[in-house]
Amino acid sequence: MKVSYYPGCTLKTKARNLEESALASLRALGVELEELERWNCCGAVHSLSEDDLIHQVAPIRDLVRALEQGSDTVVTLCSMCYNTLARANRLMREDEVKRGTINAFMDEEKDYSGEVEVVHFLTFLRDRVGWEAVRSKVKKPLSGMQVAPYYGCTLLRPRDVAIEAPGQPALMGEFLRALDAEPVDFADKTLCCGSYQILAHPEAALDVSASILQGALDAGADSLILSCPLCEYNLGKTQKKLMALGKLSREVPVYYFTQLLAVALGLDDAVCRFDLSDASALEFLKCRHPAGAPAGP
Amino acid sequence: MPIEISEKTVKSEFIEKVMELSGQNIQDCFQCGTCGGACPMSGHMDTMPRRVMRMAQLGLEEAVGKTETCWTCASCHTCTVNCPRGIDMARVMEAIRQLRLRRNVDMVEVSKLDEEVLRELPQIAMVSCFRKLTS
Repeated sequence: MKVSYYPGCTLKTKARNLEESALASLRALGVELEELERWNCCGAVHSLSEDDLIHQVAPIRDLVRALEQGSDTVVTLCSMCYNTLARANRLMREDEVKRGTINAFMDEEKDYSGEVEVVHFLTFLRDRVGWEAVRSKVKKPLSGMQVAPYYGCTLLRPRDVAIEAPGQPALMGEFLRALDAEPVDFADKTLCCGSYQILAHPEAALDVSASILQGALDAGADSLILSCPLCEYNLGKTQKKLMALGKLSREVPVYYFTQLLAVALGLDDAVCRFDLSDASALEFLKCRHPAGAPAGP
Repeated sequence: MPIEISEKTVKSEFIEKVMELSGQNIQDCFQCGTCGGACPMSGHMDTMPRRVMRMAQLGLEEAVGKTETCWTCASCHTCTVNCPRGIDMARVMEAIRQLRLRRNVDMVEVSKLDEEVLRELPQIAMVSCFRKLTS
């Protein structure tokens, strides 16, 4: 069976650095994914009200597209898209009454009952590619880098769609070791970054973001990886403000995990799109890790 | 602030509505406060989630309506995975939000958002914020 790829809105614009580095890396690892045709926005958050079925329609349509493409698996990169698609999928598998209502509403679509599996890129790397295969393709090992793996919320909560049991997740650590980087465990690795509250309650979001970044530094990390464009904004793009407010002692280079993958695989630096990352991310790779550093945007 | 519990303030239909929208039995809560203790946003909340839950259990619709808790919630589900009574608190917060939003109120004025922030902000931030905080 085929594997489809769902990019989501942000990956086609502000997070091209996530998409381009991921797809190029996968190609280098010998895997080609087929992007879903006519995909639409997943809605970014799962609807939590019992009576709100209309907002389930968008993510379910995406899964119907995968079915039409003859796929049994949809791979996503953005953590929020993963959560929204995976939860809508579970709803269609487990709630017969809601499934009936939603299928009746989408009467122009094929009936859907959760046939497709929604998989996050990290899980896909582990299960379908394998850490040994990744390790064998590494051309520029990230030796000496002390990287804090940051999971955030939507990869791990709620439990029924968690890529690993919440508590002591290990996937990103295994990933970093495959690249020969040193994972640095820290207490706030699953703490929320403040999410969309950066718009409505920025002071609260900045406080938690600062706690995550400072916690990573205090644990001995020299950089941090993540997989969500909203976390990347809150943790990567607010640092100057956080330092000006005295909430953060120094800059922390923040990367999408796929950017470090591409660097370690020795791919052309253009695929990492460091022009979309915070400047400190590229500077750090250049200064602290010359062996793996790309030439620049 | 004292809260009046009387025939005037207790609304049993509010309890039913919160339970119906959230799909949760809010009477299961035994007030341990784990939700607020685990919540990353609670330092900025005017009322702890545990208190909001107690007000909801008693049907104090007006008192719940005066709290800002559901607007400060980031829907991170930390309360949900930590509740020893198995209550999905994120769904209870959503029910309280929805009951207020469905009266045609908006908690974010889109036209007043900082342009510089919007230029860099990922779409998922805006979509999720407007889904949670506008009617």
